[in-house]
Formats: sequence, structure tokens, C-alpha cells
Amino acid sequence: MKIKEEEIMEDEKPVASKKVIIDIQDLYKSFGDNHVLNGFNMQLHEGENLVVMGKSGSGKSVMIKCLVGLMKPDSGHISVMGKDIVTLDQEALDIIRADIGFLFQGSALYDSMTVRENLEFPMRRHKEKLANVKDTEPFVLEALRSVGLEHTMELMPAELSGGMKRRVALARAIILRPKIIFYDEPTSGLDPITAKEIIELMRSIQKKYGTSSLIITHDVDCARVISERMILLVDGINYAEGTFEELVSSTDEKVLAFFKK
Amino acid sequence: MAYIARTTQQIRKFFIEIGELSYFAGRFFKVGFKPPFEFKEFLRQCYNVGNRSLVLVLVTGFIIGLVLTLQSRPTLIEFGAVSWMPNMVGISIVRELGPVITALVCAGRIASGFGAELGSMRVTEQIDAMEVSGTNPFKFLVVTRIAATTLMLPLLVVLGDAVALYGSALVENFKGNVSFQLYFNTVFDALSYGDLIPATIKSFFFGFAIGLVGCYKGYFSKKGTAGVGTAANTAVVFTSMLLFVIDFIAVFISDIFYEL
Repeated sequence: MKIKEEEIMEDEKPVASKKVIIDIQDLYKSFGDNHVLNGFNMQLHEGENLVVMGKSGSGKSVMIKCLVGLMKPDSGHISVMGKDIVTLDQEALDIIRADIGFLFQGSALYDSMTVRENLEFPMRRHKEKLANVKDTEPFVLEALRSVGLEHTMELMPAELSGGMKRRVALARAIILRPKIIFYDEPTSGLDPITAKEIIELMRSIQKKYGTSSLIITHDVDCARVISERMILLVDGINYAEGTFEELVSSTDEKVLAFFKK
Repeated sequence: MAYIARTTQQIRKFFIEIGELSYFAGRFFKVGFKPPFEFKEFLRQCYNVGNRSLVLVLVTGFIIGLVLTLQSRPTLIEFGAVSWMPNMVGISIVRELGPVITALVCAGRIASGFGAELGSMRVTEQIDAMEVSGTNPFKFLVVTRIAATTLMLPLLVVLGDAVALYGSALVENFKGNVSFQLYFNTVFDALSYGDLIPATIKSFFFGFAIGLVGCYKGYFSKKGTAGVGTAANTAVVFTSMLLFVIDFIAVFISDIFYEL
């Protein structure tokens, strides 16, 4: 009983007092003369839903790729679960990645593999995280059940609609029971109804697995529904920060431009 | 002046590409021999490479055998040397035409396929997804494909040679009343290990070049669907060119050994 009370108290803690699991300090990244990130700072707390909004080409995707080690920043410090991502070797980076789920903008399902094989793929490298299971089917089924697509297991990605692909990609992102999930434009290219379904799924997954989420988007509806805190990325820096309501009621023209439809 | 500047720029770009390709090949040797090995994917690629090119190689080989014999017949008859037909066709197919034509056909089929497949995976972030899931995409996608082409091309060359010789024997059987047994006995009498070994070694290098360039072009494909098309197209052009360079070097080296 006592443990339960502690758990409840942990959930009710204000975001700022929770443990920081991602810490970005002074992140710089340029491509030739194009300075994409100019000293970006960000912190993600345990169990938090943080939304980063920015215009196209503002460096949101570059920032998230630096976070998982797909890109090397020019300078700056990135700490994920207490480990400095920039200086980690490949082996250590792969271990950290087992605790990170990534939903790519275009779903990024492997075309030549079935839905089952797509979901089994991350398990090949991280068997030890799932206690060296031989039979992967229960894990695949559970992940697919979480997104309501257990009947698609033997289908090829080409046989799925855009929304279904996004849901399968979400199932793949959670199959290793990650602590953090990165969403890169989770609702882009989807119709409003499917986008709403994806947002609902993201919320239910966060509730079910207790993950922290970093969501990159320029979808205001998505940000309103899912964010606990938001960062507006302008000219490579975190221009404004706060809750959705705080930012919407701002008097700054640049901030308000994000919320104009 | 602008022409000179443009040409200089193109030459520079060409050499940079050669450097990058060499680095890519070096990475293959560095990564490819380290465990864990992607054996299942390697077998899948062997099947893909062999199966996808088999019919094309067989049809091309058969026609080359037929045409070569039909075209050479009148000249050999004129010189009273038509009995040398099996020797000439056998040696030219095994030593040169078989490996080169099979490799060129495969370059069109396999290198462009690799270029397009990996290019589209790059554009749709599938390669990034693979890396995030903890699998080395270079090992899974590139090493397995290069190893598969290196191993499968010599086998395709052997099959292509056999069918080409059969095509040639068919013409001789129809036009010159030469039995299949006599034809093949003459061919095998004319051939020596000195013909077979350099051709086989050369075929491994051809296979390696096809896989290497196809994967290189696809793996570093520029963003966008246009980039996928360019990757597939340049993979074929670059591979074909490289095949002739390798062929020249191989013939040059084997010629030195013959003289010894």
C-alpha cells in the first residue's frame, strides 16, 4: 500500500521536479553556411510529454537525429539517461538505443519485410533486454494489439494504408519497452481523423508503458492535446518555452505565428 | 575558360568519387569479417542475385554462342579453318566473352537494383531506422549484398559459358554436321587451366565491383525520388566502366604469367 502511495505521489510531482533524462546544452550544427542549430538547450523529464515546434527547416529533425546519434553535432553536450551521446562508442550507443523508441516521419517500415519481421527486427540486436526470448511472437502480438493491428502480422507494408503504417511503426517503436519515445512529425501526411487516432494511441501508450515522449511537430492540434510542456524552435534556438496555454496567450508575434491557422 | 574550369571540376569530382569508393571498399573489409555475421540475409541476397539474373544470363549466353559461331563460320570456311571453330569459340567464351558479357548483363540488373533499393531505403529513412534499432545497416545491407554478388557472379559465368558453348554446338551441329560429343571434346581439349583460372578469378572481382558500386551509389543516394533514379542510373554506368578497367588489368596480369 505504501509503495502505491509513493507511486501516486511520483506521478503527481510537478514536471520540473522529476528526474531529467535528456539534457541538451548549447547544441550547434551547421551544414556548410547553413547554421541549423545555434546553441539549442532542452531538458526532458521522466514521464513527461515535451513538444518541440518549429517551422520546416528549423532544425527539429536535425536535433532529434543528434539525440539518437544518427548525426554528430558540431559542438554541445547531449546527455541521454546520464550518458554523453556525443562521445559514446558504437557498442554503448546501441545499448542506450534499446531504451529509445523512434517513430519516423514517413513510418520507415522495411519494405522487403512483413509486419512481423519489421517488429522482430529491433529484437535481434537487443535479445538480452527481453531475457533472451526464443519465441518473439507474444511480444509482436502485444505490440500490435496496443495499436489495434494484430490482424496485419503477415502483411507487407505496401498492403497497409498510411495510417496503418504509422501505427505499425509505433508498435515497432515500443516493442523493446523503451523508456523514451521520439516522435518525428507523428501526424504529418495523415487525414485529421487518422491523425487524431494516432494522437490517442500516443497518449494510451504513454499511459500504459509510462514512457517519456519527445514530440517534434508543427501540428497545433497535436501539440495542444499531447503536450505538457512546449519549446518553440526559432533560428536554431529555443525561442520560447512553456505550457500550451502559456504560449498561446503570449503577446510575442513570433510565438503567436505558430498558432495561427 | 569556363570549359576548362568545368572540366577541371569534373575531373576533381571523379577522383573524389574514386577515393570515396575506395574508402567504402575498405569499410567492407573492416566490417565484413567481424562478428556477428548476417548469414541469413547473405543467403537471401545470394538467392536474389542468382535467381534474378539467371534467365537473363542464360538467354544472353545462348545467343552470344549462336551469333559468334554464325558470324565466324564464313571467314573460317574461307581460310579452310572451320575445324578450328570449337577451339576458337571455346577459348574466346571461357577467357573473355563469358565473364565480361555476364558481368555487363548483371551490372544492368543487379547494380541498378541495389542502387535503387538502397537509395529508396535511404530516402524513406529505413537505413536510419535500422541504425536506431541497433543493427549496423552497413553490415546488414552492404556487406551481405557485396559478398553475395562476389560469390554468385562466378557461378553465373560458369552457367553462361556452358549455355553459350551449347548454342555454338547447336549451330555446328546444324550447319557443319558436327556431333555434340565431338564439339565438346574439341572444346575441352583446347582449354587449359591457364584459361579457366584467370577467368574465374576475374569473375570474383567483377562480382565484387558490381556489388560495391551498386551499394555505394544507393547508400549515399541524395535525398528525394530523383536521387533514387540517379543512383540506379549512375550505378550501371560506373560499374560498366569499372568492369572494363578490371578486365584490362586482369588480362594484362595474366598475360605476364603466360609469358613466364
